[in-house]
Amino acid sequence: MNKNTKGSALANYSQLLVPLIAILLLVIFNLFRDPSFFSVGITTNNNGDPVLQGNLISILNGASELVILSMGMTLVTAASGGQDISVGALAAIAGSVFVKVLKSQGGAISPVLVVGAFLLCCAVAMAFGAFNGALVSVFNIQPMIATLILFTCGRSIAYWINGGATPTISSPIISAIGSFVPGMPVPTPILIVILMGIFFALLFRFTTLGLYIQTVGINQGAARLNGINAVGIKLLSFILLGACCSVAGMIGVSRLGLINHETLLINIEMDAILAVAIGGNSLGGGKFRMLGSVLGAYAIQALTITLYAMKVPSTDVKAYKAVVIVLLVVMGSPKVKETVERLRKRAGGKRPAGAGKEAA
Amino acid sequence: MEEGIVLTMRGICKSFPGVKALSNVDFTLRRGEIHALMGENGAGKSTLIKVLTGVYAKDAGEIRIEGIEDAISIRSPQEAQNYGISTVYQEITLCPNLTVAENMFIGRTPGRSVDWKGMEKKAGALLDSLGIPARPKQQLGSCSLAVQQMVAIARAVDTECKVLILDEPTSSLDDKEVAMLFRLMRELKARGVGIVFVTHFLEQVYEVSDRITVLRNGELVGEYEVEKLPQVELVAKMIGKELEGLSDIKRRSAVAGGAEDVVYEAEMLSSTECRPFDFHIGKGEVNGFTGLLGSGRSESVRAIFGADPVTGGRVKVDGKSVKVQKPYDAMRQGIGYLPEDRKRDGIIADLSVRENIILAYQVMKGMGHPLSRAQAEAFADEYIQALDIKTASTDTPLGSLSGGNQQKVILARWLLTHPKYLILDEPTRGIDVGTKTEIQRLVLKLAEEGMSVTFISSEIEEMLRTCSRLIVMRDRNIVGELTGNELTQERVMHTIAGGGKEDE
Repeated sequence: MNKNTKGSALANYSQLLVPLIAILLLVIFNLFRDPSFFSVGITTNNNGDPVLQGNLISILNGASELVILSMGMTLVTAASGGQDISVGALAAIAGSVFVKVLKSQGGAISPVLVVGAFLLCCAVAMAFGAFNGALVSVFNIQPMIATLILFTCGRSIAYWINGGATPTISSPIISAIGSFVPGMPVPTPILIVILMGIFFALLFRFTTLGLYIQTVGINQGAARLNGINAVGIKLLSFILLGACCSVAGMIGVSRLGLINHETLLINIEMDAILAVAIGGNSLGGGKFRMLGSVLGAYAIQALTITLYAMKVPSTDVKAYKAVVIVLLVVMGSPKVKETVERLRKRAGGKRPAGAGKEAA
Repeated sequence: MEEGIVLTMRGICKSFPGVKALSNVDFTLRRGEIHALMGENGAGKSTLIKVLTGVYAKDAGEIRIEGIEDAISIRSPQEAQNYGISTVYQEITLCPNLTVAENMFIGRTPGRSVDWKGMEKKAGALLDSLGIPARPKQQLGSCSLAVQQMVAIARAVDTECKVLILDEPTSSLDDKEVAMLFRLMRELKARGVGIVFVTHFLEQVYEVSDRITVLRNGELVGEYEVEKLPQVELVAKMIGKELEGLSDIKRRSAVAGGAEDVVYEAEMLSSTECRPFDFHIGKGEVNGFTGLLGSGRSESVRAIFGADPVTGGRVKVDGKSVKVQKPYDAMRQGIGYLPEDRKRDGIIADLSVRENIILAYQVMKGMGHPLSRAQAEAFADEYIQALDIKTASTDTPLGSLSGGNQQKVILARWLLTHPKYLILDEPTRGIDVGTKTEIQRLVLKLAEEGMSVTFISSEIEEMLRTCSRLIVMRDRNIVGELTGNELTQERVMHTIAGGGKEDE
């Protein structure tokens, strides 16, 4: 019995192997290339506060939006068996709403206003998420087609919100969200990611959402016959992704101190989907592990930063990224997994044969 | 090789981690015979078939086939086919959107261009000669399941076939279709094909087979000629107990449902799939819906559970009027439902046995009250023991269990909710005799403890053994209700056939 539990626990973690190996390889590669790549130092920023600095920190920091989006993307993928390609556009809408509210009080930005702005942009993003979710769950439209609508028009909506302008905002509170809270050496986006992680951990701990999402994703008909509101669960997963978009949008806006509806988190949807896949989650829905997607997102960011650190021109980065991603995706493919499993069995097969006799 | 023998398997062994699936099994198939391969779930039938078709590699033993001097090794299904071993699986693996002829020749058209005309002609000739009622140009999806299966068989035998394996070919066919399939099997037998017939239906084995090989726990029990092995003895050999299996289940002194406490009552209940009907069940009563496939028996119980959209009717539970529009409403009223199609509607294949067991109970507890891991583990262990579910651990994905054990898990799922009224639609379909017996016993035990049960089975004998009242359906209408001494096979058959004899 003990052995069995152990075996299956291992199986539970094997999914995380690919992103972990990817991260490990990148670390080793970088250590050989430049032993100082991962040195983390403390410097003093413009405000005179001590802050952490180094490539490691900028990977963790820079990946924040992607990590948050991949958390939500994991849920949508698991529940609906499809992906939301409108997350970048939706983040731009959320960011625009955020800025619009901040600008509404004639320039004076109080903490209360920031909270209000976030709550409103979150609500708007959740409403758009519900729109996507309704198309998917009620009208049974394929998720990628359903979200193509918002993907296409989302940045135009973002454009309208601020009347076509790209307003800037400067406030110590906003720069605290985008970079550092005075006295805190860890970049705020990293802290926000940790908060989101805790939020989802609590959500799965104190509700049955994880079980329901997986059940609906695996067998929607059976889920319904067991009393699960399958339509509601799918809808909820899109709404949660909407909330993730608003957080990512807020971080993106706060980093720059402005909203650019055309460039904010552009092309991030594909990276978010990729993070889910690298994390070993089936893009066809069903069982999922959010931690896998999170690690996948960090692996993608580590790759990008490595390429930049190697002075690869930014126009070429995508091509190099593609090569590595092909390797990662192949590594996590069922075919390779099967072969590895077979090799492991063959290697392990000889030992248990002796052990089996003992037991008999 | 002896004259007349097409295939021998000697001393076949196959182990999986922790399980010895086959140990030293022999199997001999003669030319032009129908050979039934029998055994409970987990006896090793599927493993033997998979070794023979190259899906699994055997650990030891030898396979010989007519016309080849040496023992052969089969490493893939393609190789098996090259040796003349073809398989038709339970699930139809053809393409419903292509035509019958295309399905028969897909993947084996000679050369690059396709001679459509010639293909259709050849297909037509083959269909005619085998007496399969399908036209070459017809879209496969428009044929009945039985005909689709027969097309699959035609495809299999057209490729120089010496050995044809039919894996549970009859499980989704009705009696007429089964008869049609049997005609085809006899035709092939006359042509000298050796047929391996895997099934759970004892009557069918006796109707069509020449010989029976029985496996139990991965070992060979023996090979018998059909005439020399009475049905009861076959069952005894399969479950390894001397006749204490089916025959000692006796119908309880009938609780004639009705007068006493009515648990559930429906008046003119209808759904999008079924016509209005009246129905009631008393406390501790076991009743059943019977009728041919498609008579509306499944649709009726689905309406009771709210599985199909309910369109009308009044429902009372314990005398109080209630609304049951969707499965969750029914569950709240203490109704459980084990669906007919286990794979499609029952199991959550990728989730663990534990998660599958607690699912319905968890849903009733509500989203904000998840069971702790320890509680879930305790419930799962309790029912794994109580129902004797064979699984490596509570973490094993349900999809990897055998059919009978999957069914027990679904049963456990509903028992954990402690329903007042449990609906079991074909709980014994596609599972082995031993488990069938266990399930029937369990139904009677539950009823004794006061649970009301509606039981549906294609096997009338099973229903006669367990039910004290049978509701007979024909063409989507209730045509009779039988209780007490009326519960005999003849009477049920007569009622099902009813006045509709001119249809025959």
